[in-house]
Amino acid sequence: MPFAQSAGKRPPITWACDQILCNRDQYRPPSGRRAPPSLPATGPYLLRMAREPVLSFTDRGIYCAAGDFHIDPWRPVDRAIVTHAHSDHARSGMRRYLATPRTIAAMRHRLGPIAAEPLPHGEARRIGGATVSLHPAGHVPGSAQVRVEVGGEVWVVSGDYKTVPDGLSEPFEPVPCHAFISECTFGLPVFRWAPEAEIRADLNRWWAECAASGRTALVGAYSLGKAQRILAALDPSVGPILTHGAVEAMTEVLRGEGLALPATEHLVPGMTAKTHPGAILVAPPSALGSPWARRFGPVSDAFASGWMRLRGIRRRRAVDRGFVMSDHADWEGLTTAIRATGAERVFVTHGYTAPFRRWLEDQGYDAGIVTTDWQGDEAEETEVTE
Amino acid sequence: MERFAQLFSALDATTRTGEKTAALAAYFREAPEPDRLWTVALLSGRRPKRAVTATRLAEWAADRAGLPGWLFDESYAVTGDLAETIALILPPAGAPQARSLSDWIGLILTLSAQAEPERRAAVLAAWDALDGTERFLFNKLITGGFRMGVARGLMVRALAQATGIEEPDLAHRLMGDWTPERTTWAGLILTNDPGADLTRPYPFCLAHPLEAEPATLGDPSDWAADWKWDGIRGQAVLRGGRFSLWSRGEDLVTDRFPELAELADRLPQGTVVDGEILAFRDGRPLPFAALQTRIGRKTVTKKQLAEAPVVLMAYDLLEAEGRDLRGEPFDTRRAGLEALAAAMPGGTPFRLSPLIPFADWPALAAARAGAAGEAAEGVMVKRRGSPYHTGRKRGDWWKWKLDPMSFDAVMVYAQAGHGRRANLYTDFTFALWDGDVLVPVTKAYSGLTDAEFNEITAWVRRHTLERFGPVRRVAPDLVFEIAFEGIQESSRHKSGIALRFPRMARWRRDKPAAEADTIDTARDLLRARGP
Repeated sequence: MPFAQSAGKRPPITWACDQILCNRDQYRPPSGRRAPPSLPATGPYLLRMAREPVLSFTDRGIYCAAGDFHIDPWRPVDRAIVTHAHSDHARSGMRRYLATPRTIAAMRHRLGPIAAEPLPHGEARRIGGATVSLHPAGHVPGSAQVRVEVGGEVWVVSGDYKTVPDGLSEPFEPVPCHAFISECTFGLPVFRWAPEAEIRADLNRWWAECAASGRTALVGAYSLGKAQRILAALDPSVGPILTHGAVEAMTEVLRGEGLALPATEHLVPGMTAKTHPGAILVAPPSALGSPWARRFGPVSDAFASGWMRLRGIRRRRAVDRGFVMSDHADWEGLTTAIRATGAERVFVTHGYTAPFRRWLEDQGYDAGIVTTDWQGDEAEETEVTE
Repeated sequence: MERFAQLFSALDATTRTGEKTAALAAYFREAPEPDRLWTVALLSGRRPKRAVTATRLAEWAADRAGLPGWLFDESYAVTGDLAETIALILPPAGAPQARSLSDWIGLILTLSAQAEPERRAAVLAAWDALDGTERFLFNKLITGGFRMGVARGLMVRALAQATGIEEPDLAHRLMGDWTPERTTWAGLILTNDPGADLTRPYPFCLAHPLEAEPATLGDPSDWAADWKWDGIRGQAVLRGGRFSLWSRGEDLVTDRFPELAELADRLPQGTVVDGEILAFRDGRPLPFAALQTRIGRKTVTKKQLAEAPVVLMAYDLLEAEGRDLRGEPFDTRRAGLEALAAAMPGGTPFRLSPLIPFADWPALAAARAGAAGEAAEGVMVKRRGSPYHTGRKRGDWWKWKLDPMSFDAVMVYAQAGHGRRANLYTDFTFALWDGDVLVPVTKAYSGLTDAEFNEITAWVRRHTLERFGPVRRVAPDLVFEIAFEGIQESSRHKSGIALRFPRMARWRRDKPAAEADTIDTARDLLRARGP
């Protein structure tokens, strides 16, 4: 049953009218909306058709009938296209995977041996009746949006994304499309991120203060993405950079994929604040407040997440410092990204879906909610311990 | 404001009292004097009056941010804090200004006298001048709901560290009727003579809950006990012909309880009595709910006076003939209080809280078990040789409340929390069986660990049957032991009962929903322990 959770009264598929064939030049967008800036340039452009939608929403994941593949499925399928290697999007048990080379490297590290075919950003691949390409999502290194084109109609699945460059992940690129399936983890206007330079300065200032007061700085960050973003932000002149095993291993994998990251030392027993004065420890959030951290000596702990924007959640986390640093788009990022796709139809998957969908509808979009197994609003809160 | 914001962030970032005290003490040494004075005022509940309604502020902020009202409301529902929501949705400050805390408060104090368009312009200008935590704090000040999570004792300790003045002396100086507008840092803190003020109360002595067996207190003959009354803690002060009545929150409540003004004619001059303001009729305390009708009312109607008249249930004597007795042992003060009560003509709204005789601890335990019959919450146990302490000192005053009542109920609705519980399901409605129907009886939102709330949140997402806005009806599967301090009949609730201080005592993972308690369990408790 496709569009099981499509909100609003309108029937889920609104284009079950006569086929309309037109050349791109003749295409007239509905009043008030711009035409997608760069749709397929050749051939008849199929705008509205009575047939299978390009993508449908199933209990295994997003499915493309024309190409017989799933995108980020949460149950075993034959062929999975994976947007990025975080555990709620890249699951084990698929017969074949297709993803960017960096995502495959991270997945192999996490999932072990898998049959995976690399598809670099920007390259198109014909799969059955569909043309598939991956485009930078700016979420974590290697992360991608999936563009699927069937018979001239383009749908894009955003995966998780952020629009502001973090200096490490391939920067987000808007992909023109007819329908956009977007995350909205932080889909409320209270979420606004500071520029990366400001966050980096804050982070290094805090580290320097800790070093000056004889405390070790300990920052909790997910081992894929956030940890490397922090590493890239650190000023190595302040002191030594030590890593938890999970962070070190993933960082090593990404170094092998060509990411330039500062030198780190894997924290092993015997290393303490005495042997490594002024150090910063980068560890998965689960290590905050753990015996692992206490063994090292007195620490000042910090957590880096978009949720740190909210005072209540900062207090619940009960860390000394909360850095507002997210790998998801803020309100401005979400709304800008959606506008840039030129899409008329938008489906929101995880996060503050209900208010965000309503806002999109107010803006004139045909907007729906899709329930997925992607964690989104909790992903930053409860990372799987590795 | 920057220094104040720095203090606020430091206090907000830690739960360790040592760090909080150090941050406050540093502030009391470094900040400009008017700012220190305002900070003491804010921390002792002396806030500027709300200058603009919440509705107006929300409208102006949504308007400035270019957002529809409903989206503002959705954001508010997630942060749970109006001041924070406004601070977060507004665009970054366009014209930042560095002004002091007292300067901004000065501006807020002028707002109420202004017409709405000027008020709006002033608030919008302030929003454009402030960023981040400073903007949030400005909003807190303007909405009049300012709390910083600093207990009074902690503030006094920090002040003592910063000034070198003894804590009890400082606590006394800070009591009574002062505002930053009518005094100075030097006048209040440094050179203040507490005795010079006729209306000034003493800092209250507070009790710790008794969690161990009473036998751990030692020889019962060293201890006195009386009932723990369920009213409002109060202090009656009569000096130089001026009568004042103070509540523990340090509000001057003289005018709210006009029937107690009679004490001005009955007590000798130079007397201070500590006790409980208690609704009392026909020789018996009324339930707290009766007193509630009087709280927060500045003017009292005849009907209220007739239905819920109050008395002062006296249990300590702090000053007699103008002399501070707090250093005297409890027994001496008690003797003075009893003499005072004996001299009081009948019908005076003044009663002596009787001592409970007990020869050994089991006898006191038996008396405590009958507290409900006295309309009391339990018993107070006080060391006979102890002075009247300032604040909450461990060791001499203990409150030994009745064990809470409890029943096992089924969770039927869940709602996400606010503030530090945003994005977690923490507010639940519980039901008891009435035949084969579940009747909602109470809400509760505390008592579980963060890990349990996380687990329940995930469960709620998977077991939602229906959504009503923010509320989800969930599968009636989970059973919780609900503990509460009081139970009474209520026509406002469908179940016919209302609970006092309900909370989740534990998650009964061992109990299937079918084995949860029935409404009859609650009715039996109402008969046994109700008012």
